[in-house]
Amino acid sequence: MSSLNEMLDMGGHGIYVWSSYAITLVVLALNVVQPWLARRRLVNEEARRRRREVM
Amino acid sequence: MRQIVWLLFCREWRLAWRRPGDLLNPLVFFALVVSLFPLAVGPEPSMLRSMAPGVIWVAALLATLLSLDGLFRSDYEDGSLEQWVLSPHPLALMVLVKVLHHWMMSGLAMVLLAPLFGLMLALPLSSLPVLALTLLLGTPILSLLGAVGAALTVGLKSGGVLLALLILPLYIPVLILGTGAMDAALQGMPVTGFALWLGCLAVLALTLAPIAIAAGLRIGVSE
Amino acid sequence: MNWSFFHKLGSPKWFYDISGRWLPWFAVAGVALLLVGSVWGLFFAPQDYQQGNSFRIIYIHVPAAFVAQSCYMMLAVAGVVSLVWRMKLADVALKCAAPIGAWMTFVALLTGAIWGKPTWGTYWVWDARLTSMLILLFLYFGIIALGQAISNRETSAKATAVLAIVGTVNIPIIKYSVNWWNTLHQPATFKVTEKPAMPMEMWLPLLLMVLGFYALFTVSLLMRMRLEVLRREQKTRWVRETLEKLS
Repeated sequence: MSSLNEMLDMGGHGIYVWSSYAITLVVLALNVVQPWLARRRLVNEEARRRRREVM
Repeated sequence: MRQIVWLLFCREWRLAWRRPGDLLNPLVFFALVVSLFPLAVGPEPSMLRSMAPGVIWVAALLATLLSLDGLFRSDYEDGSLEQWVLSPHPLALMVLVKVLHHWMMSGLAMVLLAPLFGLMLALPLSSLPVLALTLLLGTPILSLLGAVGAALTVGLKSGGVLLALLILPLYIPVLILGTGAMDAALQGMPVTGFALWLGCLAVLALTLAPIAIAAGLRIGVSE
Repeated sequence: MNWSFFHKLGSPKWFYDISGRWLPWFAVAGVALLLVGSVWGLFFAPQDYQQGNSFRIIYIHVPAAFVAQSCYMMLAVAGVVSLVWRMKLADVALKCAAPIGAWMTFVALLTGAIWGKPTWGTYWVWDARLTSMLILLFLYFGIIALGQAISNRETSAKATAVLAIVGTVNIPIIKYSVNWWNTLHQPATFKVTEKPAMPMEMWLPLLLMVLGFYALFTVSLLMRMRLEVLRREQKTRWVRETLEKLS
């Protein structure tokens, strides 16, 4: 694999290979980021609730 | 034990005939779905013949699901299901009686009607006994598996679509075997292998499904 | 055998603490394995002489398929544990693993279809493996749908447990009949993976990718389970203190 072009082209199959890897990356990231974001939301909700209690 | 089985069966029978609509509607649905296909793809006999086994089987699957939707609902709503769960008699046996009765009212009727539809879809006369046999072996499996889904969704009002979503993947082996047998019959080949496999699945369903159905009912009632 | 580990799992707090310590390790391992595996698979592994470079999709398709199938088995095991030992954590595990398994099945199907275009000329063929994967996706949808349809948490957990067990018992029957259906209707079987003939330079990166996928699956599962545990035990003191420390 000498040049970047060759890498991207993958002997004509580039679009298939790269789209597969890209979609997988998105799905894997989604499955890790989404719980993390939901956890942040829970923490913030709890903080808001605590502030309301104090008041 | 025999007395309980007989009593239950008679109860189901009496209840079923009070609402003939519940018995006839799935059969009319079966007929309708089968009739839709010639309208959709044209009446050319050779095409109909190649599609006929699949069409009849899929229509039978869908009609069974439709008839199963309310299988336990009325008992659940008036509290008799709770009595069944609490009774000292084995729940699995009682549900087996109920499901087999339901099969007699739906699946068996489809077995008798299907050859008629086969003729309408240009199937040769020689293949019709195979159609009836495979449906005879397959529809109990459909009723039993469908009852598992009906038990799991017993308290829900969401209706037949959820039940279909849960149970249709489990119907696929029966569908494959039934249509495979028909294709073999259309080519003049023996169908004993298919019939035996269907028989195997039927026995498996007869023995295992009531346990799952009873478990599902217990869960639904305990809420 | 020391069963105290098993019984400690009954305590959500214990699970939360333990999983918090393990999570970073799984995450680092998963990312490292996937990075090394994909770079190796994409650039350094040899081409397949028949399929050329599109063969490299195997490094995603096979791991996703493995995780998808074993996740469903895990659901059934969690279901049995939940019904027999009434362990709430097993309910949580079942509920959280189902969507991840569905995503993995989706990835396996999508990459299988994309792989199909240069290999067979069409995006979709009803071959045995893809058809079985599609049915598996439907089975996952069933569990997720049933879980969401029942509002009572305990009933929902028990019902999905029963469904997972019923589904798993049916999976061998479905696989066998689909395989057989495929031989009836397609004389030429297209093998998506060339298994025994794979030289080491080809299957080592595959192994790394499979392990990496499993590691990231565990990461996602643990994250979701921890979140669910926090939600369920929200009124307890340890959760309130934990959430306070996090904000």
